[in-house]
Amino acid sequence: MTSVDRVQPAVSADDFIKGLWRENPVFVQVLGMCPVLAVTNSGINALAMGLATTFVLVLSNTLVSLLRRAIPRQVRIATFILIIASFVTVVDYLIQALSLELHRALGAFISLIVVNCLILGRAEAFASKNTVLRSILDGLGMGLGFTFALLCLGGVREILGSGALFGIALFPAGFQPWIVMLLPSGGFFTLGLWLLLFNYLRARRLEERGEAQGVVP
Amino acid sequence: MQAPGQTDNPLRAASWPMYRALVGVGMLCGLLIVSVYVLTLPAITRNETRALQQAVFQVLPGAVARTSFVLTAAGHFREAAEGDDPARMVHAGYTAEGQLAGIAIEGRAMGYQDVIRILYGYAPQQQVVVGMQVLASKETPGLGDRIEKDAGFRANFTALDVTLAADGVSLEHPVEAVKNGTRTAPWQIDGITGATISSSAVAGILNRSSAQWIPVIHQRQADFMRPEATDDQR
Repeated sequence: MTSVDRVQPAVSADDFIKGLWRENPVFVQVLGMCPVLAVTNSGINALAMGLATTFVLVLSNTLVSLLRRAIPRQVRIATFILIIASFVTVVDYLIQALSLELHRALGAFISLIVVNCLILGRAEAFASKNTVLRSILDGLGMGLGFTFALLCLGGVREILGSGALFGIALFPAGFQPWIVMLLPSGGFFTLGLWLLLFNYLRARRLEERGEAQGVVP
Repeated sequence: MQAPGQTDNPLRAASWPMYRALVGVGMLCGLLIVSVYVLTLPAITRNETRALQQAVFQVLPGAVARTSFVLTAAGHFREAAEGDDPARMVHAGYTAEGQLAGIAIEGRAMGYQDVIRILYGYAPQQQVVVGMQVLASKETPGLGDRIEKDAGFRANFTALDVTLAADGVSLEHPVEAVKNGTRTAPWQIDGITGATISSSAVAGILNRSSAQWIPVIHQRQADFMRPEATDDQR
């Protein structure tokens, strides 16, 4: 019996939910910052990158979990990267078949999904140690949490930078767009504000929990 | 007889599971990629054809219809048919009055990360390049990808001089890249600071492709004057 088989907790909804909020890959774990900052200048780009990452995450988690007993520790990282790179190539072809405009808009960032530390991180930390079903739920939760975070950034940046959301104009003709929000600096600025909000909510929740348990900070 | 992995050499025995895992996963992934490639190829080809058609109108101002031509072994152009080599094709654009607006030519070369594919428009009457569009590029986001977005760089291709020399088989002044802000002649391309390799790659494509195609196109202009573009090409 290998170490991966010793403890196998049952499948729970927490496997899926934790990635959405409590362990959100962007707002809590601060992973995958390259695509987060680069492709979130519009809602549609954010959604496409989020879904592409989710697709790769779920499928790579599935295959890593399926093969976890056949992959020796010494070559596990090389094997995980091979699996992730293959699914990224698959998603690259699928997006090209779906829409060349979208493929061009996402540019080199599709290929860069390979080096998104979120995907390798979940393969190493979770999928290589857990059952297939739990790994799929983990990948799905983390992927959708990542997509949610990208949409939060993309939505704000597109609304303020273009006066639109998913290409639909939201303001009257006189609206002066904040071009800076579409530039890289706008990405950092928006991410900073979202992290501020998330950290405030987390601190408040910890404070409430501490008060409920009678702990004086 | 020993089974695979059973050997007297302990080192070889220890490495067998590693070979098995890497080769096995590699084969599985290879099969997956090839299968998806074969399945998506028709849709990708269709999308690329549509994108090329749109790009022709972008690089040839005033064009509302187009027809593809292929350079034959005999050295003249005829209308392209299915199965013709895309590397020997050019695309003629026509105005609403049926006049030749120009010829769109595809070129490619290695950029910083991957092959850059561009389409540029050549106006034979003025002997200038009148437009350039990047068809495919994986240049570094924020740096190399400025060849697609930088307005200053794109302005190089509104009237880039590609006049033929007196011999009619070479350009009077080959297209050349210069450092950003140092352009002094109409056949020079102002590079992009921070994207030197990518902008030089585009200039290199223009240099080689114009030297190869423009003398031939200029000599065979009559080949492009004929057809009425069909509805599906509009």
